[in-house]
Amino acid sequence: MTAGYNTISMGTGRKEFNPKKERPGIEHYISEAGKGVVKQIGDAAKIDETVIGNFMAARFNKQAHLGGFAALVDDQLENKPSLSVEGACASGGLSLISAMRSVLSESADVVLSLGVEVQNTVKAIYGADILAGAGWFKNRKTGHAYFFPGQFSDRAGVYYEKYGYDYARNGMKQWFVNAMEHARLDPDAQENHNTNPDLAGSYDKMKPNGKAFVEHLNVLDCSKVSDGASGIIVASEQGLQKLGIAKSQAVEIAGWAQVTRNITKDPIDPVELTTIKKAAEQALAKAGITIDQVATVETHDCFSIAGLLAVEALGLAEKGKGAEYVAAGNTARNGAMPMNTTGGLIGWGHPTGATGVHQAVTIWQQLTGNAGQAQLNLPADRPYGLTINMGGDDVTVVAIVYKRG
Amino acid sequence: MTYDERLQQVAVLGAAGKMGSGILLLTAVEMADISLKPENKGKTFVLNAIDLSDEGLAGLMDYLRAQVLKIAEKKTIQLRQLYADRTDLIENYDIIDQYVNDVLKLVRPTTAMETAYHANLVFEAVTENKALKVKILKQIDEHNPNKPWVFTNTSSVPIHLIESEAGLNGRVLGFHFYNPPAVQKLVELIVTKSTDPQMNQFALDYAKALRKVVVPSNDIAGFIGNGHFMRDAIYGINQALELAGDRPLPEAIYMVNKVSQDFLVRPMGIFQLIDYVGIDVVQFIMKVMNPHMQDEDLHSDLLDQMIALSVKGGQMSSGAQKDGFLKYEKGFITAVYDPTQKAYISLESFSGKCDQKLGELPENYKPWKAAVRIADKDSHFIPYFEAMKLSDGFGAKLAVKYGKNSDAIGRKLVSDGVANNHNDVNTVMLTGFFHAYGPVNNYFA
Repeated sequence: MTAGYNTISMGTGRKEFNPKKERPGIEHYISEAGKGVVKQIGDAAKIDETVIGNFMAARFNKQAHLGGFAALVDDQLENKPSLSVEGACASGGLSLISAMRSVLSESADVVLSLGVEVQNTVKAIYGADILAGAGWFKNRKTGHAYFFPGQFSDRAGVYYEKYGYDYARNGMKQWFVNAMEHARLDPDAQENHNTNPDLAGSYDKMKPNGKAFVEHLNVLDCSKVSDGASGIIVASEQGLQKLGIAKSQAVEIAGWAQVTRNITKDPIDPVELTTIKKAAEQALAKAGITIDQVATVETHDCFSIAGLLAVEALGLAEKGKGAEYVAAGNTARNGAMPMNTTGGLIGWGHPTGATGVHQAVTIWQQLTGNAGQAQLNLPADRPYGLTINMGGDDVTVVAIVYKRG
Repeated sequence: MTYDERLQQVAVLGAAGKMGSGILLLTAVEMADISLKPENKGKTFVLNAIDLSDEGLAGLMDYLRAQVLKIAEKKTIQLRQLYADRTDLIENYDIIDQYVNDVLKLVRPTTAMETAYHANLVFEAVTENKALKVKILKQIDEHNPNKPWVFTNTSSVPIHLIESEAGLNGRVLGFHFYNPPAVQKLVELIVTKSTDPQMNQFALDYAKALRKVVVPSNDIAGFIGNGHFMRDAIYGINQALELAGDRPLPEAIYMVNKVSQDFLVRPMGIFQLIDYVGIDVVQFIMKVMNPHMQDEDLHSDLLDQMIALSVKGGQMSSGAQKDGFLKYEKGFITAVYDPTQKAYISLESFSGKCDQKLGELPENYKPWKAAVRIADKDSHFIPYFEAMKLSDGFGAKLAVKYGKNSDAIGRKLVSDGVANNHNDVNTVMLTGFFHAYGPVNNYFA
């Protein structure tokens, strides 16, 4: 993979965001992200195919058939294969996987993988309806008004009960603090303008309140409502040569896995992200490495509790010890395993269909030294990065292991 | 008749007006919530929205729909529980739509007063004119076999006069919302000597359901809110006229407005507040109150002069401020009216000079927006006004005098028997006028 590009993640938190003013549509984001990639490879004619990951443009924007927007990126993409893929919030990850499949099947050498979502078209209460499409519709009636926060609130509630409320909240608080501090290092992050001098204090003050929101989470535990797109090139070795891009400016896909569980069933264990666990194990096995060799992880923290549970699912901490691991600072940028180094879904933003691609772009930036202010000083003996992109309540998961080129 | 039964047949008079539309909205929502209780299934609830203006009623329904939608969006979590047994309502979209429908279907916009002849409860929010109020209420009461309870929203007319002249013996009380009723938390509750205690209790229950702060006021013209505001306005106007001895009136108005806003840390200066309420409305309220005042004259020639020149302030139907003493552009004050020249004089031409004359604010000044959020008001305002009292500045001296007068008005409201205690006066000014601190304090002593 190479030539990653992110648009700004637009929404509350950005100074320039004004919900009352008209904003760019989904075509603008597709075009900007695509052009940002093309600029780096120099010539769009070398792109064989375009894949666009998107979750719910059909409802957020009343627009389907996104493959037809590829030519907005560049005239050279006209009359070439282009399609969109959907797997809820893992749509971006599926875009990457789909691009990889084209390359592996040798039907393409260079694929433009994009992800996009424009969500600020409706109020949050209606956005909740739209996003609930990532679950089983038959459960919608009995679900919470804020359906997905409700699902993860239930998980958090069990976690509190099992391991202790304060213990859990401490870990979740640190997850939130890291997200904000990391986001401040990326000018494209939605919370980049966050100047709150007392993040931990703000978190403590805002107790979960079931009457106003969900029972076990507050809004600081949640990812952002975002408009944004990301793009990256997935290429074969030959493709990379065709583009004339040095291996040092690319990352190698060392292993990957895509696992999907039955959407009509409840999670087997509310305090385990079982599908993430399986996908990560498979991807690491395919890469022939263990988690200890990974230098940085981008994980799908749609809620702070999902961050903690991912830490456990990845084997970084034992079951129930995720809160402790995070509270001790291990996932901060200077910790043992820097995670979500530009803020993740809570800090950088969560343009749902774009998130999987955004994660790949972040890892590419970190492993190739393109991460700007957010750049980590990565150890030479751990040349790997890992992304975990999740759709729905641990239903569709894409795990990818990247190696420095 | 139970609380729920009382609310099955309700009429709002003057429903398309600024106050009436807010009262209608709150009542419609409360009635809908009651109608949706399982025990009230199948019962009919009717809310007649009566107004003389067809055009106003059309606008009213647009306003209602938009406001109910906002309310529904805010309480969707509760609404999902309320509609739990409705298997056809699945998404928030469905639930919110249904609720908006369930509220609006109770409301019957009409110009026909006769629809109030079946009401159990009548909210009166017509023009602040006693004769008109009495005429309408009398007519309704004579034709209504239910002996309806009347809640009048008058802000100044003594309730016992309405009671006796309309023949409502014990069946009317003052239920005075603040503008806009849907937002403002305060209600002044005024009963007469013969008010039915059951009606009083109903009023308290109803206010509680609407999450309003109730301050009891005694039945003396103007009650607490206007009792303070009108006197404060007269003081401000007179202060400006006095300053106008040495300078043009627009400059004096600008200075008094600035002193009452910035130096006294209020949300608006006194002339802006008069414009907000409407110069004509202020004049009218004073006219209603004045005959009931002893040893004081609540009247201003300057207000009369402005009305004669058709400069009235008030708000447009969009909520935007109309020009009055002050001229407003995009919410900012840009000029002050000069009645002698019959023209607005731009602030640019004199504000610098006036600001210099007024002098600096104390160093520990915090603007109203910040000060209003301080929990321990004394901790900020005692040192702030101490600093002001020590200042030789012209503005500081005016402000201290102004604050002392406001304090005296508050105390007089208690000694005159309008308010039961100083705390009630302060509650009205804090919640009804959004003051950052109560007028009765020891800051200026």
